Parts: sequence; structure tokens; C-alpha cells
Amino acid sequence: MTMDANRVSVKGQASGQSRLWKNAALALSLGMLMATGCHKKNSAPPPSALAPSDSGIAPTATISADPLSIDLGQSVVLNWRTTNASSVSIDGIGSVPVNGTQTVSPSASTNFHLVAKGDGGTTDASVRVTVRVPSMPSVPSGEGDMGSDSIFHSHVQDVFFDYDSFTLRADAQTSIAQAAQYLNANPNIKILIGGYCDDRGSAEFNITLGENRANSAKQGLVAAGVNASRIRVVSYGKERQFCTDENEACWQQNRRDQFSIDR
Amino acid sequence: MMKTSYGQKTSIVAGILLSALVASKAHAQDWYQLETNKGAAERIRIATADFKPMSSDPSVGEDKHVFDATLYSDLASAGIFDVVSKSQNPQALPSNQSDVHLADWAAAPASASMVAFGNLSVQGGRIVVNGFLDDAKNTQYPQVFTKLYNEEASSDSARQIAHRFADEIITRLGGVPGIAESKIFYVKKDGANKEIWAMDYDGANQHAITHLGAISISPRVSPDNSRIAFSSLDKNGFQIRMYSLLLGRLVNYSSVGGTNVSPAWAPSGQQLAFSSSRTGDPEIWISDPQGSLSHRITSFVGPDVSPTWNPKTGAQIAWISGRSGLPQLYIMDADGSGVARMTDGGYATSPSWSPNGQFIAFAWDRKYGPGAPGGQDIYVMEVATKRWIQLTHEIGRCDFPSWSPDGRHIVFANDPDGAAAHTRIMTMLADGTQRRALSGAGTDMPNWSWK
Repeated sequence: MTMDANRVSVKGQASGQSRLWKNAALALSLGMLMATGCHKKNSAPPPSALAPSDSGIAPTATISADPLSIDLGQSVVLNWRTTNASSVSIDGIGSVPVNGTQTVSPSASTNFHLVAKGDGGTTDASVRVTVRVPSMPSVPSGEGDMGSDSIFHSHVQDVFFDYDSFTLRADAQTSIAQAAQYLNANPNIKILIGGYCDDRGSAEFNITLGENRANSAKQGLVAAGVNASRIRVVSYGKERQFCTDENEACWQQNRRDQFSIDR
Repeated sequence: MMKTSYGQKTSIVAGILLSALVASKAHAQDWYQLETNKGAAERIRIATADFKPMSSDPSVGEDKHVFDATLYSDLASAGIFDVVSKSQNPQALPSNQSDVHLADWAAAPASASMVAFGNLSVQGGRIVVNGFLDDAKNTQYPQVFTKLYNEEASSDSARQIAHRFADEIITRLGGVPGIAESKIFYVKKDGANKEIWAMDYDGANQHAITHLGAISISPRVSPDNSRIAFSSLDKNGFQIRMYSLLLGRLVNYSSVGGTNVSPAWAPSGQQLAFSSSRTGDPEIWISDPQGSLSHRITSFVGPDVSPTWNPKTGAQIAWISGRSGLPQLYIMDADGSGVARMTDGGYATSPSWSPNGQFIAFAWDRKYGPGAPGGQDIYVMEVATKRWIQLTHEIGRCDFPSWSPDGRHIVFANDPDGAAAHTRIMTMLADGTQRRALSGAGTDMPNWSWK
């Protein structure tokens, strides 16, 4: 495949036209991309291209992690051993001793890729550490499948507001950050944010206040990387209530943004 | 900057005689004085004789009863008359100009200055009413006017004729057209939904306009009484709807995204101001009656809602903005320039601009907050001076004032006990007196027609 792509690019260059030049460059980079991809997949290096000489003995390398999966915030011990290597590096960590251990605390699932170089050539090894971000099981990405409501609600929780305010409180910002993580991990899900107000105050003003509340959450999600086109906001003002008692506990229940899957 | 106008602790008294709202100094707290200060002496003392039945049709008795009661009620609620109690009327029942004995009416106990009387008959499916208004003190040329009504009889015709006759009297003696033929549009709770309803100005003839099975709010009738703009909740939130009273169905109004609420007709009937969040933040927009040619006139983060036009000039808009926190009353020119804040605190909502352009009625909770004393009441502010008067006191939560076409009355929503489902519609004179309920529990957001 790599060769094919390169050949195409050569042909383009030969024609000498500028538009084809562009195509050529595209094809070339595409070829390189594909080459890199292939390279990663095969742990054995292409011998002729990478070995500087045939004299040395090819290095060996292993890397392990304990444990292999952690919860977010926990740490994992990486342990690697190489032979016949003069320099060893791990992606994301940099140069490391030829044998060693290191404690790391990745924030997301990571492939720790080790490259060992020696006189006899280069070899690599990798280990994958899975990080369980709280409540982030990926929804099976079928066509338009947005997953179950219960999973959604366990990760995307309603946020609550102070009296006559549409500013996200600290607790709301935490909820929004968690919601954004889940939504970024599940790009199929479309979200409806409903803005609500307690039943004090005037009906028309409360509809606009609810609109501002829903928009505050939307802006928080967009700032955290959720595409705005996935989010729909609707203000219900005080026309729909979660709780109808006249006390602060109840009013607080009603001053909220409700998140739901926008099916 | 607001302090100076409030520092004087003055308020205005909305006098209603001849629609002249007289400003005078009075402490806002002395509200009981306002109710007792109203000068009955300034009012015209008028007597209404029961109309004389002139036919033997069996339905004439019922029609006559409705006519007499409606005429009396219309004159009593007009706010410019001292109406003689019928128990003080002379015994003899006049039927026309030739058999009325005005000296009896002018004498005590009636002591009437004006007398309304006449006759009523039902014949061959038609109702005929002959009404007279006489000046009891003018012995030489007593007749002020006479009016003949002759139309198809229906269950409602006696009442509607009484309204027209009353309006004629009020127009002649009060200087501005009466309101007895005006309508009030409002919201009526129907289970989980809210529909738009209408009633006569006196609370009679309550009937549904819409049957949408949705939450519909904020009805605003067009100046020519042909259409009602309102807002309904659908999948995309609240959207403005337009209902034709002539066609009896919804007609086109285009909304372009976001929440669109609180429509308000310009006096020309050619423009609607409303709140729209189509660009993200709720702002005041103006469109034509089809929803086209829309443009934004406010631009400030926070809620902007509930516009009302100056009906006299059509050049200014009052509205409610939460740009500085709690909602406050603001005014601006209709192009968005000349913004001025009118209230200096509390929680102000639901403005309605008086027909003469001089006043804004609105709902205000001056000490708003959890546990704060006081409540949400109806206030009237004089636009030029920012001086205000409180019209309702300790009757529960009040909201959505709307002026009658003659500027003498204000209709509003009242929630007597804090339970939203008990909200009802009340009317009062523009000085806060003669308050009475027009409709029962589950009614809200009244809007008085322009004529």
C-alpha cells in the first residue's frame, strides 16, 4: 500500500502541474500516514529500513504495567526490561534507563510505547493501561444509538441554581465537567437542556431566566468540547415544576437545568 | 442616580375623574387614606330606572332583568358616577320622555342629576330598546339624548344593548368612550394545559378561544380586535402564535429559533415587540405581525422580556430587564436608544402602558427576597417623574396589570393565598378602589382590549 501511494505521487510530480503537485503532496503525506500506521501495528521492525548494520545483535524489550487497569486518579507501576539496547525511551515519558520501573498516573487510557535502540537495531514494546473514568462506559456506537436513559442520567446530572441566578455554582461546574467527559466519549448522544425556575416571581420573566439557565449549562458543555450542534435548550420557566410545596427545599428542586437525551 | 426621585417619599394619586390623573403628595404608607379620600362629591349622581316592558312575549321578563342589571352595573363600575341605589328610586316607572316626572327623581332621596330610563320589547324574534338620558335639573330642555336599538333577539342581545347604551351615557357625560363593549383576554388553566379565553369587561360571557391542548400564555389582542398574539409551549420551547378572531383559527407567525415570548402590539397594529433568545440571550425584538422583518433592539446579557408600547405615541417601549440582577422596569425608544431604568430595586415585572401615555402599571415586590416582608402588588408610575403609587395592599400576590381603553380601570391577576392554582382575575379603578373579582380560580394573565 505504501509503495502504491508513493508511486502515485511520483507520477504526479512527473506531470509537472501545480494542481497535481498538491495532489502529490496529499498522496505523499497519506502514504506516510499509512506507513506510520503499519509501523505501529507490527511490533517487529522492518529489518532493512531500520537496521543501521547487521553486525550487532538485535535488542529485545518487554514492558508491563501493574495493575493493567485503574480508576481515574489511581497510579500504576510500569516495569520494563531490555537487552542489547543502548538507549531506551517511552512515549510521553522520554528517555529512561535500559531497565527500570516508574510509577505513573495517567488521566486517560494510555498506550505506553517503549522503543529500545541498540547496535543491532531497534525494537519496541507496548502496554496499554486502561483508566476507568468514573461513569464513562462507552455507548455502543450503533447507528443513532444514544444509549439508555439510566446510564445517561448517572453521568449527566441535573444542575441547580441559586435564587434568581443563572450563574453555574461550583457544584454545577463539577457536574458539567463530568457531563462533558461522558458526552465527549459518546459523540452520538444529543442533549436537551431544560431550564426551570421556582414558582415565585413572574411567569414571563421566569421563562427568560430559565432560558439563561439552560444556556449557562450549554456554554459550559461547549467550553468543555461538546459540539454546540448536539445541544438543544428549552426553557419551561415556572410552567412545569418538579416539586409544588412552598419552601426553600422545594424551590431549590425547581431552580434547575434538566438534562435528557434528545431523541 | 435613581435615589433623588425616590428620596422625596412622594407618590402619586391616580385620580380618575374625567380620566385626569391628579398628582398629589401622599406617603405611600398611607394607603387607607387614598381609598377614603376619593371624592364622591365630584361624581355625577345618576339614577337608572328599570326599563318598562312593552310587549307580552314571555322572554321579555328575562331580557328586561338582564338589561336593567347590566346597565346599572356598567354605570356603577365606570368610576365617574355616584349611582342612586334602586331602593331610592321613585315608585312610578317611566317608559319614555312624556311620562317621566323628573322632579321626583331630582328630589330626595334619589337626588339624581341624571336619569336613564326607557322601554324594552321583544316581538317576532327582535328585541327593541328605547333608551333616554335626561338632565333632572334642567326643567326646560331635560333630554340629553335618546337612542333606539332594534336587533335580532339572542340570549346575549339584552346584555350587549345595555353595554352600548351605558357606553353612550359614559361617553356623553365622561368625555371619553365607555368600555362596556370591551373584552378581556386571559389564560385559563385546563388540567395540565392552559388555553386562551375571553370574557366581557364585566366578567360575563366567559368562553374559550383556543383548544390547543398545550400551555399557552400571555395573550395580547391586536388594536383592531382581529387577532390575538400569545405564546405556546411546544417541542422547541415557547413560541409566539397568532390566532385570528375573524377566521377562528391560528394564522402564520414565523419564529426563527430560540424561545419567543411576551408579544406586544404596537398601537399601529403593524409591529409586534417580543422577547426572543434566537441569538442565545433573551432580548427584545420587533417583527411585523407575520413574524417577518424582525430586528433586535436590546443587547445586554440577562433576561429581557415583557415589552409594552406607549400606546399614545408608539415611539417608546417599557420592558423588564434582569441585566443588573433582579428584574427591573426600564423604558427606551422603539429603536432601542434612550434606555432609562425606572425602578430602583425590588422585583418588578409585567408592565402595561396607560392609554394616555402618562403612566405605566406594573407588578412590584419592593422588598423581594426569601423571608422579606410585603408582597407583590400592583403599582402605577408616572413616566415623566418616576413617582409611583401602590394600588393593591395585602390581598396576596398580584401580577399582570392591564389598562382599560379609557384608562380608568386596571385588570390584574390575583393569587389570594399563594397557591398558584387559585389565581383569579380582578378589576379595579386606576386609583385602586372598587376592586372586585371577574373570574374564578385558575384564571391568569388578563389583557384588556384596546377598544
